[in-house]
Amino acid sequence: MLLHQPIDKEGETTMEPILKVEDLRVSFRVRGGEVQAVRGVSFDMNKGEALAIVGESGSGKSVTAQSIMRLIPTPPGTYKAGSIVFEGSDLLKKTEKQMESVRGRDIGMIFQDPMTSLNPTMTIGDQITEVLMRHQNMNKEKANKRAVEMLKLVGIPNPEARVKQYPFEFSGGMRQRAMIAIALSCDPTLLIADEPTTALDVTIQAQILEVMKDMQEKLGTSIILITHDLGIVADMCDKVIVMYAGQVVERGNKYEIFKSPQHPYTQGLLKSLPRLDQKKDEPLIPIDGTPPDMANPPHGCPFAARCPHAMEVCVEEDPFMFTHSDTHESKCWLHAMPE
Amino acid sequence: MANQSNAMLEVDNLSKFFDVGKGKTLKAVNGLSLSIRKGETLGVVGESGCGKSTAGRTIMRLYEPTSGKALYNGQNIYDLKGANLKAFRREMQMVFQDPYASLNPRWTVENIIAEPLDIHGLVASSKERKVAVERLLDKVGLNPSHLTRYPHEFSGGQRQRIGIARALAVNPKFIVADEPISALDVSIQAQVVNLLQNLQRTESLTYLFIAHDLAMVKHISDRIAVMYLGKLVEIADSDDLYADPRHPYTQALLSSIPVPDPDVEATKERIVLRGDLPSPISPPSGCPFRTRCPAATERCAAEVPELRQVGANKAHWAACHYA
Ligand SMILES: Nc1ncnc2c1ncn2[C@@H]1O[C@H](COP(=O)(O)OP(=O)(O)OP(=O)(O)O)[C@@H](O)[C@H]1O
Ligand SMILES: Nc1ncnc2c1ncn2[C@@H]1O[C@H](COP(=O)(O)OP(=O)(O)O)[C@@H](O)[C@H]1O
Ligand code: SF4
Ligand code: SF4
Ligand SMILES: [Mg+2]
Ligand SMILES: [Mg+2]
Repeated sequence: MLLHQPIDKEGETTMEPILKVEDLRVSFRVRGGEVQAVRGVSFDMNKGEALAIVGESGSGKSVTAQSIMRLIPTPPGTYKAGSIVFEGSDLLKKTEKQMESVRGRDIGMIFQDPMTSLNPTMTIGDQITEVLMRHQNMNKEKANKRAVEMLKLVGIPNPEARVKQYPFEFSGGMRQRAMIAIALSCDPTLLIADEPTTALDVTIQAQILEVMKDMQEKLGTSIILITHDLGIVADMCDKVIVMYAGQVVERGNKYEIFKSPQHPYTQGLLKSLPRLDQKKDEPLIPIDGTPPDMANPPHGCPFAARCPHAMEVCVEEDPFMFTHSDTHESKCWLHAMPE
Repeated sequence: MANQSNAMLEVDNLSKFFDVGKGKTLKAVNGLSLSIRKGETLGVVGESGCGKSTAGRTIMRLYEPTSGKALYNGQNIYDLKGANLKAFRREMQMVFQDPYASLNPRWTVENIIAEPLDIHGLVASSKERKVAVERLLDKVGLNPSHLTRYPHEFSGGQRQRIGIARALAVNPKFIVADEPISALDVSIQAQVVNLLQNLQRTESLTYLFIAHDLAMVKHISDRIAVMYLGKLVEIADSDDLYADPRHPYTQALLSSIPVPDPDVEATKERIVLRGDLPSPISPPSGCPFRTRCPAATERCAAEVPELRQVGANKAHWAACHYA
């Protein structure tokens, strides 16, 4: 089922982005200091697009996603700087009350662990109808009908009986689908999925990804997908941003990222993966070392300590973004060098 | 298949059932037979709850089996006693999934790694103990001067190295690695896999490698066993399994895995299974896979498919009536 042709979309540059994140900075106060989780993240996305955020664990992917939903606990967190313009207005300037109507109605979110976001004491059906009655002003009867439809849509068998059950009566894959049903019940413009299938088996993962693609196709939902699985990115997404140590280090469409990665971290990541469709024999090429401590990020390029191409300038100064094409940029001094 | 020569471990019709109350039994491992040659890596894959860890633990005799045998160098491990059992326990070691949970947070790295040495009485003095630990740290690529540190001072990949050093302390011959890289970052997984492969050569180790990630399993394994609901459904040389999967479950599993290449993904046909894994407390009659199998027939509900040799390669076996 081929749905999005990223090549076509690149032509549509005149379109207003539905989401524009600019210079987002988020820190957390911790014992003995401050963790700079997100350090100047910028990106934008158009309607109907699927954007992947990939990167090392702790690189700030979830904090970026939670910032868009304004779900960062403050304290210990603070939005230090930046803006998140969604459909023309800055989410960071909205009141909590205004945000409540954005969440669930305009922006839906799916988390890695459905148990933490489903309410264990409410039936799955009630959790969907609650959202519908609050955001869509539906009456109970209409909402009930819609809840059954939603469960059916995400591939839960026997939805009429399932709406009356509690989360613990669902398997892991069904819970994840129920959460997608809740997130999509109000037909949000933007769906943020943070590692939506990491806890699931691959055959169940394939089912969930199919549901998400279907939504994108049928409802035109824009999707931000956070994942560490580059296979899923190749399958699902149009654009990719690569994060490292709280920054975007590379951005491009998926062909640019997979076929001609420009940042040494992206290159290393792709080289370290074994491929199912290739003969083995050669050892994997790992990225040596570990990511920096975000309570004490290095002065220069945060990847310098692990980078096979590191130069003197890399340790002294943090590189800028260098442009490779209209859609492709990377943050690495190598590209400042004359060829 | 059970009687391959030079088998280091021969598992014969092994079952492990758990009593889950109310008179119900959970058949976590149900009639497993396979053999592992000295020096090879056998990968085990399958859905969560299909019995991979239980199989690994029963083979290490961390669980007593419900029925069946496992011959280690020709001796049934469930009959071992006294000094023989102790020697067996030394030769078989385990590396766990979660490097956070499997290391005691209040112990120094030295004490963690030396514990098996102490248990087996393998070091005579504290000086000897320290030297042994330093040697092990060096072997797994950690700085030997780190022996006074605590687990929380290390990253996930480094903690997994500590777990490996601990397993190596008693010079084992056979290692059951239960999802040793699942908790690690992608860029770190390759470091640990390379380490395991190097150690296999230098220490002449045999591995049972349990994992979710089929691409990684294929990379590290000589052969792969696929389990479903407590049963072995297919086993073959890694390349054969990928090139010519015979069991419908293996076919679905392989087609479900997204490949990090947009060109491949754009043209790929994916077999998306319907429905969820049935409960191992009330597995389907006949073939355990029949409730999700796109090729199931009436025969599949009535008759349990036996594991039988399929395809050109003698080492390729599958449990499907139509494989
Ligand atoms: N001590 C126990 N008591 C009761 N049931 C158990 C016990 N240990 C495991 N089980 C059950 O046995 C089945 C197989 O479990 P096992 O841990 O071997 O699965 P697995 O294949 O390793 O799964 P995963 O991929 O999630 O690690 C599961 O249904 C599990 O819930
Ligand atoms: N509530 C919090 N308190 C303190 N630190 C946090 C909190 N949430 C996230 N962090 C830190 O912010 C950084 C980025 O985290 P996160 O966005 O979750 O990473 P990932 O890219 O893996 O999703 C990490 O160093 C993490 O430990
Ligand atoms: S800026 Fe220097 S250290 Fe950083 S990625 Fe580029 S070459 Fe490597
Ligand atoms: S025996 Fe039948 S149900 Fe089982 S895998 Fe083969 S075709 Fe499918
Ligand atoms: Mg995260
Ligand atoms: Mg397990």
